[in-house]
Amino acid sequence: MKAVRYLALSMAAVLFLIPFYLVLRNGLATEQEIAAPSWTFWPSEIHWENFAALFSNPAVPMVRSMLNSLVVAVLQTAGQLLLCGLAGYGLARIPYRYANVVLYFVVATLMIPAAVTFVPTFVVVSTLGWVSDLRGLVIPGLFSGFTTFLFRQYFLTFPGELEEAARIDGLGHWGTYWRVVVPNSRGFFAALGVITFVTSWNQFLWPLVIAQDQDAWTVQVALSTFLTAQSINVHELFLAAAVSIAPLVIVFVAMQRFLVRGVTETGIKG
Amino acid sequence: MSNGRAFWLFVGPFAIGLLVFVYVPIGWSLLLSFFDARNTVTPTEFVGLRNYADMLTDQPFLSSLGTFSVFAAFIVPLTFVLALALALLVNQISFMQAFFRSVFFLPTACSYVVASLVWKLSIFNGVRFGLANTVLGWFGAEPVAWTVSTSPPWYWLVLVTLRLWLQLGFYMILFIAGLQRIPQHLYEAAWIDGARPGWQTLRYITLPQLRTTSVAVVLLLLVAAYQAFDEFYNVLGTDRGYPPFARPPLIYLYYTALGSGGQDFGHGSAGAVILTLLIAGVTLLQGRVITR
Repeated sequence: MKAVRYLALSMAAVLFLIPFYLVLRNGLATEQEIAAPSWTFWPSEIHWENFAALFSNPAVPMVRSMLNSLVVAVLQTAGQLLLCGLAGYGLARIPYRYANVVLYFVVATLMIPAAVTFVPTFVVVSTLGWVSDLRGLVIPGLFSGFTTFLFRQYFLTFPGELEEAARIDGLGHWGTYWRVVVPNSRGFFAALGVITFVTSWNQFLWPLVIAQDQDAWTVQVALSTFLTAQSINVHELFLAAAVSIAPLVIVFVAMQRFLVRGVTETGIKG
Repeated sequence: MSNGRAFWLFVGPFAIGLLVFVYVPIGWSLLLSFFDARNTVTPTEFVGLRNYADMLTDQPFLSSLGTFSVFAAFIVPLTFVLALALALLVNQISFMQAFFRSVFFLPTACSYVVASLVWKLSIFNGVRFGLANTVLGWFGAEPVAWTVSTSPPWYWLVLVTLRLWLQLGFYMILFIAGLQRIPQHLYEAAWIDGARPGWQTLRYITLPQLRTTSVAVVLLLLVAAYQAFDEFYNVLGTDRGYPPFARPPLIYLYYTALGSGGQDFGHGSAGAVILTLLIAGVTLLQGRVITR
């Protein structure tokens, strides 16, 4: 029985790893090897020079688009943690007459999947003149009702004694939040932060809509353009894909514990 | 500092952003949906409910809902069963558990764009050297034009396997978390009562105990399938544009509102409102599961 389990898991694991294998195989091979009539398991010689070719190809804005993706993902992660963390704390811990009204407006947005409203959001953002602009890429994604709601649920369970102690030391809400609550919630911030970073790095529809000039492309838009419209060498495209995954593989290896927690927090409940 | 001022200090910046980037777009969109708004966002010609009537009788719009239904009919049950199976298997082993969990979770690091690239140009490449056709060739079968074949519609195989690969690990993690919340003593009591480990405990303990997780997973899967865009756009789109078939709602909306035929925000907004209303019921349920 045990052997059957391991056999099933091993076969599934091989299937799951095939796409990663293909990205590397195709990225480090030559065009001829990829299109060879019989399958070559691995390039007869690894073509490291493909990297140089990819990064020096003037038609492919690899450096620029990676940089754009990085800036967008970092700013969205930091911005969401800052804005939604503060709002979640205010909603959970500061008694105020209209807090419930505000909470109602936050929860109501959970009903509307963000992707479905990309047309209206585009209308507003283009009116602001933020098309093909960093602001248009980053700012609309900062105000996540879902993240705020998760923070609120989390802060509801934050131990009150810690806040009491801070209050006695003369700290107000602001000081309590930054000196006591945030340092004691690092795991939760890390969990939501990693999820936000991964989601932001991999998002496609919004950057496709808003980043119309090549200078504003994120790496996903760049890859997609070469996949669906303009063609470049297949091995360069696969190598570009490998390069685009690399930052996230590092995040996965370094932060897996927080990532798994982030999935369970955002997937079902805090 | 009064509580009111403190509250707005914390909540104010977020609330303003929510107003400007969520509520204003929705309100504006509602407004646009009642106007003839071709290539303008400040229209003047009020058309009442005509955009809605157009959308609800528009064959491509209705068939986009059909496309979603077909996609959901495959992807929701398949992901559910396979993610649960992986979770049960991973949860039962001790040696190399972390390794297998990581391998199944790793595809989450990939974007749909990268997965589309691999599926379209390597695995399901329609020429002889594509991986799937290579394997078929070992059995003497002819190569299949996976992404452009409409009868039979092989592109469904491409799209469904792609999404399965990408999202299984995520839902496996949710199921594992659910499994670990089941109190061990339930199983011990069942064994004492003579239940055999395996099918009986799965049927009478594990599955009932996983009910909350299961409901959440089904709702999440439905909402995710409803918003499918990335893999359709990248697998089926070509330099000659997007084919007339296999257009899920967001693909349809994208080409209506922002397509090359000019920007039509009136119809696009009406479509967005209809799609939102259609999914609102499911997301409401989902919200109740999350906030429970």
